Amino acid sequence: MSLEVDALVRRGAFALELAFSLPDGCTAALVGHNGSGKSTLVDLLAGLVPAERGTVVLDGRLLERAPGLRLAPQARGLGVVFQGLALFPSLTALENVAYGLRARGVGRAQARAEAAAWLARFEIEALAERRASTLSGGQAQRVALARAMIVRPPLLLLDEPLSALDVEARAAARLLLRGWLAEAPGVKLLVTHELEDARAVADRLLVLERGRLIAQGPVEELLAAPPPFLAAMVRRAER
Amino acid sequence: MSLRTGRPGQAHAVLGLLGGAALVFFALPLVALVGRVTPAGLWAQLGAPAVQQALRLSLEVSLISLGLCVVFGFPLAFVLARVAFPGRALARGLVSLPMVLPPVVGGIALLAAFGRRGLLGGWLEQVGVVLPFTTAGAVLAVTFVAMPFLVTTLEAALASVDPRLEMAAATLGASRWRVLWTVTLPAVRPSLTAGLALCWARGLGEFGATITFAGNLEGRTQTMPLAVYDALQTDPEAAITLGLVLLAVSLTLLTALRGHIGRRR
Repeated sequence: MSLEVDALVRRGAFALELAFSLPDGCTAALVGHNGSGKSTLVDLLAGLVPAERGTVVLDGRLLERAPGLRLAPQARGLGVVFQGLALFPSLTALENVAYGLRARGVGRAQARAEAAAWLARFEIEALAERRASTLSGGQAQRVALARAMIVRPPLLLLDEPLSALDVEARAAARLLLRGWLAEAPGVKLLVTHELEDARAVADRLLVLERGRLIAQGPVEELLAAPPPFLAAMVRRAER
Repeated sequence: MSLRTGRPGQAHAVLGLLGGAALVFFALPLVALVGRVTPAGLWAQLGAPAVQQALRLSLEVSLISLGLCVVFGFPLAFVLARVAFPGRALARGLVSLPMVLPPVVGGIALLAAFGRRGLLGGWLEQVGVVLPFTTAGAVLAVTFVAMPFLVTTLEAALASVDPRLEMAAATLGASRWRVLWTVTLPAVRPSLTAGLALCWARGLGEFGATITFAGNLEGRTQTMPLAVYDALQTDPEAAITLGLVLLAVSLTLLTALRGHIGRRR
């Protein structure tokens, strides 16, 4: 289960053009400033924005070959934790987590049982019957993660999953996230503008700047001898 | 809450005074109407077969119309809110038009379209459908006047649903129908309730388009507002009582709606 991307996406005047591949089991972090194209890459992978040219291949399966072939978001089988989490506010925590299974035709009782097990795994089983709109940032983050992971996606996309948390909660959440992601199969891609998130959670780093990948490689290696752009980011993170 | 200049007490007093005056303006005619009715007279009128018939017909016509408004109004609101097409601004104007058009004009327009000598009337008659001066015609007239209240309310709500929610549902494998049913619909439910109540209340009170297009036939097209009009010609006291009944039904409906929305906030 690997991910190979080589694509060009245009959104108005902005162009995202990049090529990378991530091996099975790897947790990669995509870092970059606001406006560097991170969200566009998430939307490309999720099937929410078309490529102008190029391919996206996941697990040997063609998700996109532009122009021409493009799988709908429903058909890609990804797990996505959206920026802002996008929990369904009128559903309970349990119903949110069970949603992907129900959409795949799993029976109600079985979907609920599996969802309950995922809530327990994230130590929030007590919140099962709470409406998503009443959850705190940290609770909602866990529910969103469980909702994305329950379908055991070959690619798990996390778009700024820690942004709902305050500084102290963030440090603890990084460690938890690292553990959860390490156990998950497939490719995990964490999108963040905080280098610290990447350092704590990921084993590979992709650095995006103005729609181009300017550096990629193992986290430790890149941070030991960072290129100029990354060095500036490291300095900011350590300040 | 306080305004930036002046004492907040002063601002509240002025707003309270003017707002109170507006409320009195609305309440006074109703109070005057209630004052004209005796309980005995009310019961006597409610027992009259013609009144019961009109009330039953009003409920029947307004509820069938409400069903039509949902079946056709929801898709229309969805298209207006979500699909960019040439002429969308004009379509929006068309949908709002019945809200500002004198209902009598609406009735004339309906006759021009569906009347015996209307645009589609001849063709409709050939296939055995006659709308003018029938109960079905009354339903059509009420739908024409009331549906815009549902569509405009729903359209605004559908346009403001967070697109990320629907995208999240799609990436989780949900079909478009499932997204609509499990994500979009719950998100617009408060507006749907408000729109339905407004639409129904407007339908219950519909007079001009109905009498013009469907006529004033007892038992077939004479709904409550038309019965009030009829009574006014012969028995003004009865007209007041009937008016009060209609008013009570509408007020109950709208108050229930306001209470519902109030709880959600």
